[in-house]
Amino acid sequence: MALTAHHKMQMYGALLLLPAAVLLAAFAYLPTITTVINSLFLPGFRGAPTEFVGFENYRFLFDDPKFWKVARNNLIYALGTIPTSIALALGMALFVNGKLPGRGLVRMAYFTPTILPMIAAANIWMFFYAPQIGLFNKLLGALGFSGVNWLGDPSVALGSVIVMSIWKEAGFFMIFYLAALQGIPPELKEASDLEGTSRWSFFWRVTFPLLMPTTLFVLINALINAVRVVDHLFILTKGGPNNATNLLLYYVYENAFSFFDRTTAATITVVILLVLAVIATLKFTILDRRTHYQ
Amino acid sequence: MSSTTTHSNTRNSTSRSRQLSIPSLETVAAWLLAVIWIFPLLYAFWAAFHPSEFMVRFDLFAPLTLDNFVNAWSQAPFGRYYLNTFALVTGVVLAQFVVCTLAAFAFARFPIPGKNLLFMLVLIQLFVFPEVLIVENYRIASELGLINTITGIGLPYVASAFGIFLLRQTFKTIPRELEDAARIEGCNWLEILWKVYVPLAKPTYLAYGLVSISHHWNNFLWPLVVTNSVESRPLTVGLGVFSAPETGVNWATVSAATLLSIAPLLIAFLLFQRQFVQSFLRAGIR
Repeated sequence: MALTAHHKMQMYGALLLLPAAVLLAAFAYLPTITTVINSLFLPGFRGAPTEFVGFENYRFLFDDPKFWKVARNNLIYALGTIPTSIALALGMALFVNGKLPGRGLVRMAYFTPTILPMIAAANIWMFFYAPQIGLFNKLLGALGFSGVNWLGDPSVALGSVIVMSIWKEAGFFMIFYLAALQGIPPELKEASDLEGTSRWSFFWRVTFPLLMPTTLFVLINALINAVRVVDHLFILTKGGPNNATNLLLYYVYENAFSFFDRTTAATITVVILLVLAVIATLKFTILDRRTHYQ
Repeated sequence: MSSTTTHSNTRNSTSRSRQLSIPSLETVAAWLLAVIWIFPLLYAFWAAFHPSEFMVRFDLFAPLTLDNFVNAWSQAPFGRYYLNTFALVTGVVLAQFVVCTLAAFAFARFPIPGKNLLFMLVLIQLFVFPEVLIVENYRIASELGLINTITGIGLPYVASAFGIFLLRQTFKTIPRELEDAARIEGCNWLEILWKVYVPLAKPTYLAYGLVSISHHWNNFLWPLVVTNSVESRPLTVGLGVFSAPETGVNWATVSAATLLSIAPLLIAFLLFQRQFVQSFLRAGIR
């Protein structure tokens, strides 16, 4: 009797899980598996995988300098956006956490870019970066300098994209630092004031170490975003000039929907999935040692 | 401590002067950064409400105009895009609430064999989102006949690992005694879920709802891939198509269109700032 009640509970639980399970299978697990399969086959009629070629597609991809350029861009993009936006976020949080006149307005100014769509943000920055009528070049011109081709010069374009991403992202990370700062007991500050500790060393010896879990959390999110968000490229550069601003996910999009090369797209997707797997491992091993999933 | 100045205690006075002088430098820096940060948005407002010849001419007495908005509205079907985005966001959030609630309830309270492993499998979706798998998800959506439909844009996001995770955490904190009391009153499982768990998880629904609304209002890549006509395009994709540099649309019009697409969310944010920030905090990952 007790056993059947237990079985009934199991059945019921399984039924409750069913809708989520079906949807996750259809749009997460199944596509992951077919992506891996597609990357191991050569395509035939209408892109259906026909001939098993092992890692041939990967060798082909890794022999392609364009792929390495895109991968390198993505690495530079991550290195360019993440430390700066984290540092800015921390600075913003420290500003807004103190006794600042007009604190609410300042906090709002920092946070507002976060709730804009990336497309809208890119549109706005386009007004700054445009070669002739853009604001930056008008300002440079007024100061007597010649203009910079912010998005058209291969050596500058990626930097321009990075600056915009930092602007978009820093305010989002700020709120996590702000919450963490408010969780630091004020007694610590009072004690260090009594000791005559300078603000600088208080920050590096007390505040910063206490914020470490937040920094790791923010870092994981920033890493994911560096792989996942490519919306702004559609407006700003379309990956150009000459792939100078192309990022991995945008390259997947190009391969699949502009060049209709689904095999290459699948192969790059697997590379992205591996990067995400590394980030996930980081998260579950370092960050969640103290949080509970049970 | 007290507001009268005392010079007898040097340590006290140094900490006072710190409070008075250094923060003012900080204040300048904080405000400077704030001005830089909000400037792009203010600039978009400037450009949208003035004739296009004032794009880079800052004249306090430049004539204000609504022509740019009129142009944007007449040159692209923004009314339809609004409708699509509203339908998408409402549909996704409601469907997420239902599906994630059921799954979270199962994970929180039912003895499912291999539950922990299953839950870890669900958490994978925190990293493998629909837009990373655009190619295969496009194929699946087209096999299901969902290309160019609002359902097609939303469906891949409905079983959200993140929603399941948040709701499960909340459900686990709800004392079993409440559940037992409801059962004594003759409630079945669904009634217990509906009358005990869901009402007590309201703050979680609010937080998750706000995060999900902003995410789907702003989402671009997957909607771009899966739609191909005005009938299903959400605002972001409509704006992207409208303002692509090669279309040669006037810039003042583009900034008006940009403001049009962000206005509802921006106004909601300005009105409910605290709730938005709290939600993002509670929710953490988008």
